[in-house]
Amino acid sequence: MSNYSYIVFIPLLPLVTFIVLGLFGRKYFKISAGAIGTTSLLTSTVLSFIAARQYFFVDGKVNGIYQKIIACKYTWLEFSPNVSIDMGIIIDPISVMMLIVVTFVSLMVHVFSLGYMKGEERFATYYAFLSLFTFSMLGLVLSSNIFQVYIFWELVGVSSYLLIGYYFDKPSAVAASKKAFIVTRFADLGFLIGILILGFYGGTLDIGLLIQKLTSLQSLQWINITTASFLGVSMLTWGLVLVFIGGAGKSAMFPLHIWLPDAMEGPTPVSALIHAATMVVAGVYLVARLFPVFSMDAAALSIVTYTGAFSALLAAVIACTQTDIKRVLAYSTMSQIGYMMFALGVAKQGGENGLGYMASMFHLFTHAFFKSLLFLGAGAVIHLVHSNDMKDMGGLRKLMPVTHIAFLIACLAIAGIPPFAGFFSKEEILLAAYHSNKMIYGVALFTAALTAFYMFRLYFSIFWSKEPTLHHSHGEGTISMKLPLIILAICAVGVGFVPFSTFVTADGAVLETHTDILFSIAPVSLTIIAILLAANLYKTQNNKPERLATAFGGFYKAASRKFFVDEFYLFITQKIIFPLIGQPIAWIDKNIVDGCINLLANITGKIAGLIKGFQSGKVQSYALYFFGGIAALAVIFIYLWK
Amino acid sequence: MILTDFFILLRQELLITAIIFGLLIVKLGKDRSNESILMLINLLLLLNLAAGFFCSTEGALFSDMFRTNKLIVLEKNILNLAIWIISLQSYSWLKTHKHVIEFYILLLSALLGMFFMISSGNLLMFYLGLEMSTIPLAAAANFDLSKRQSSEAAMKLIISSAFSSGLLLLGISLVYGTTGTLTLSELSSQMGHNPLQVFAFILLISGFAFKISAVPFHLWTADVYEGAPIAVTAFLSVVSKAAVLFVFVSILYTTFKSLAELWYNLLFLLALLTIIIGNLFALRQDNFKRFLAFSSIAQVGFILIGISGSSQAGTASVVYFILIYVFSNLAAFGVVSLVSAVTGKEKISDYKSFYTTNPMLAWVLTIALFSLAGVPPTAGFFGKFFLLMAGSANGSYWPITIAALNMVISFYYYLRVVKAIFMDANDKPVQKLVVPALPKLALYICVAGIIVTGLWSSVYDYIYSLSPGF
Repeated sequence: MSNYSYIVFIPLLPLVTFIVLGLFGRKYFKISAGAIGTTSLLTSTVLSFIAARQYFFVDGKVNGIYQKIIACKYTWLEFSPNVSIDMGIIIDPISVMMLIVVTFVSLMVHVFSLGYMKGEERFATYYAFLSLFTFSMLGLVLSSNIFQVYIFWELVGVSSYLLIGYYFDKPSAVAASKKAFIVTRFADLGFLIGILILGFYGGTLDIGLLIQKLTSLQSLQWINITTASFLGVSMLTWGLVLVFIGGAGKSAMFPLHIWLPDAMEGPTPVSALIHAATMVVAGVYLVARLFPVFSMDAAALSIVTYTGAFSALLAAVIACTQTDIKRVLAYSTMSQIGYMMFALGVAKQGGENGLGYMASMFHLFTHAFFKSLLFLGAGAVIHLVHSNDMKDMGGLRKLMPVTHIAFLIACLAIAGIPPFAGFFSKEEILLAAYHSNKMIYGVALFTAALTAFYMFRLYFSIFWSKEPTLHHSHGEGTISMKLPLIILAICAVGVGFVPFSTFVTADGAVLETHTDILFSIAPVSLTIIAILLAANLYKTQNNKPERLATAFGGFYKAASRKFFVDEFYLFITQKIIFPLIGQPIAWIDKNIVDGCINLLANITGKIAGLIKGFQSGKVQSYALYFFGGIAALAVIFIYLWK
Repeated sequence: MILTDFFILLRQELLITAIIFGLLIVKLGKDRSNESILMLINLLLLLNLAAGFFCSTEGALFSDMFRTNKLIVLEKNILNLAIWIISLQSYSWLKTHKHVIEFYILLLSALLGMFFMISSGNLLMFYLGLEMSTIPLAAAANFDLSKRQSSEAAMKLIISSAFSSGLLLLGISLVYGTTGTLTLSELSSQMGHNPLQVFAFILLISGFAFKISAVPFHLWTADVYEGAPIAVTAFLSVVSKAAVLFVFVSILYTTFKSLAELWYNLLFLLALLTIIIGNLFALRQDNFKRFLAFSSIAQVGFILIGISGSSQAGTASVVYFILIYVFSNLAAFGVVSLVSAVTGKEKISDYKSFYTTNPMLAWVLTIALFSLAGVPPTAGFFGKFFLLMAGSANGSYWPITIAALNMVISFYYYLRVVKAIFMDANDKPVQKLVVPALPKLALYICVAGIIVTGLWSSVYDYIYSLSPGF
């Protein structure tokens, strides 16, 4: 095994940047913060590419199978020889792939923000937060220990909270960041319990060992965890489902998705980073990381499948009705992540059956590029129009040609038109679904058509529709804003051709895939129809969309109100939890708990007053107490304590 | 005995002695400015600290009167570090003081006494070291020459420690009378459970308890800490206690091992009393110095819990916690002494809105208080955690539970201060302070120590590897 120790610097550089900018940024680096952050991240990115090259092409493969390599390991807390918490860096195909995705997208966002956030009062703080987030995310993907995953998981949560709430003078941003934090925190509770269950029965927190122990049918741990049950469900299923709940929270799966649309209150480049490519796929990554264990439990996997599929469909329907462009993108993200989830759900460990796993990771990979491109494009649009609402846009293709082309490419990619990146990965997902579950395949197909429809609805409303009404003081944006768009657009075309199945598969071996033209006919033609429909409705201004909306009536209304999930939560919390549980608890808290505390405080105060008497300031009385103490101890330990 | 052995084993003591003599010579020579003297002293202390890390060997001298090993060298290094930090911090106070050199001679003599005490292999030697480490401090407590309170503190310290020494000596004589020896290594096989020996043992314990101010032998602390100059208070509450605790652990674990069952219960009793009463006092304090003093009483209670663990982890966690305690407590004392030296303000309520005028100091103080309270990820959390872990090793969970609950109470009063610093409004916050370079350096070292000691596990591992098994 050769040396990968330099990988440590990939997460450390952003951490250093965060510390430097966080401590001294506002004073010394007010202007240069962006350059510092970008340079440091550029270094990390280059290192990631070097690592990927070394792993995939030089020494990752042993006997045709990619190995799991522990690049470094460090015992962080050792209570005793048996109980210790390790920190380590794991290198395997998915972690290397995620390294590339996270550093690359983050770099693009850093560059884009140079122009987008220019002139912000807290420019340095913004870059400090970005660095913190990148550090946490990199730490998360490299973790070799599930407890370490949890630590970084929470760090990601905190840093995304800081970023979403960046405009803290806007009440809606504050509310959104709180909502995101609280919802994901709830999910994390599940995650933590899941970790504890798996750790308790598996006897270790190390991911490699855990997988080893929980996948061999003879091991003591396996027998223990499958025979122990709670409410008639085995502990293995409990553990995995709870872990998945954590993942679903971060990945915005139904019913924990409600924070994602609101989180769009953050700066748009932040959404491109957090809500397109990195944090929201953490849940997918988590399931993939523990996939060998998941694949041992059909029940947990089917929960993953159905949650994913339902979220994909639901989000796509809602996305068709939204008018805030970032919200459309948010729902589309949720929908695409649903794809990745159910692709994992239909996969099995090893060989041909692992197609879903490969497809899911592939889609994660391609999605990162075109979705961050979409967000950055939206950012450029918002930068120009100063509004998030598509009603304020239209005809922008003449004003911002670069953004227009990039956005179009991204839309084609996400819709799955060949030869754009999304086509390839989506095909694999559909194929995997087709082979294992026809119903899921149907849902996926329908969602794919919906995706094409709402994306082109967005595209036409922004760039076509009507003539631009604005008079502009500034043009499309600086070069630092255009460059990432161009690079990402090239990626959105190119990354589909990466022979992904030779790199990332469920068992590390190469998976033979073949694109079947006949199979592709159905999805592609459906997609094209959907695009044409969108063009017909939205390319020019007309009243067809309203007519359509009226025709769908209640359904449209429900969808545009996001199927009242938020209202449902509000109802549950405000009408049921608050009056029936909260208020009685508050009463108990106020009268009984506080009463006890007050009593305690009073007693404490009394005692303290009493003791104060001892503290008289007279040395002779101190001597007396001193002697009294000795006498008491002597009596106790010579006569009483035998 | 070869002469080189003598020099190597005694090198830390010899260095201190050399510095003391050097200072005397400087004092006899021509007048120099305080600044240059302070620079010189701080440099010497730094060299002294650095020298401590070289060639640590094991061995004994003077027919087992004096012994040393790697752990003892490490403990002395911790004390050297503490005195260096204190010296850096008292720069602003001493700059204008007339008797700088005398002050240092007193502190260093006390330190020398502590070194001999830590290395003692004989109860008599131990007693000598203990006295030598106390009497100069009584003089040092008087160093705010213009303040009556300072003299009062000195008098109270000397009288009460004389009282405690008397009882300690009584204990030592009883030990000698019943066993016929004072050598620690021989004593271990001789101590039994007959009442006279138990009584002698309790007298010894009370002598220790007095020095580390465990309840009910703590009453002198409040008055002395409040009256003495802050540097001396810091010295008393950090260095003195640390030195005595080091000896305490090693004597209990080796010499009085046969009485383990007895002192196990006794320690729990003292520990719980100390934690609870220390907390109760700290709750009501408004004077920052007194507050730190009382909260340090409670901290000692936690250390006693760790000692009761009687295992290798017991020693390790105690030494580790003391290292952290040095950093955290001195950071807090450092800020308080700066504020008090410039503005004369010592009340907690004076620190309201401290953050608005002195953000750097506010953060240092906050980190120190977090560490003292035991909030993760500061080192204090790990320190207390290890102490409680060590204490719970014998399976008595209820005292541990009470101690943990008291940690929550201590959160209240530590965080109350943090709240005052950051959140409470104040019309007249402490003015913006200009922090001289040396105290600033000391504060940075403390903060770095608080963070590094906690997160870098090698520190604990190293201490653990040096600790003797039980």
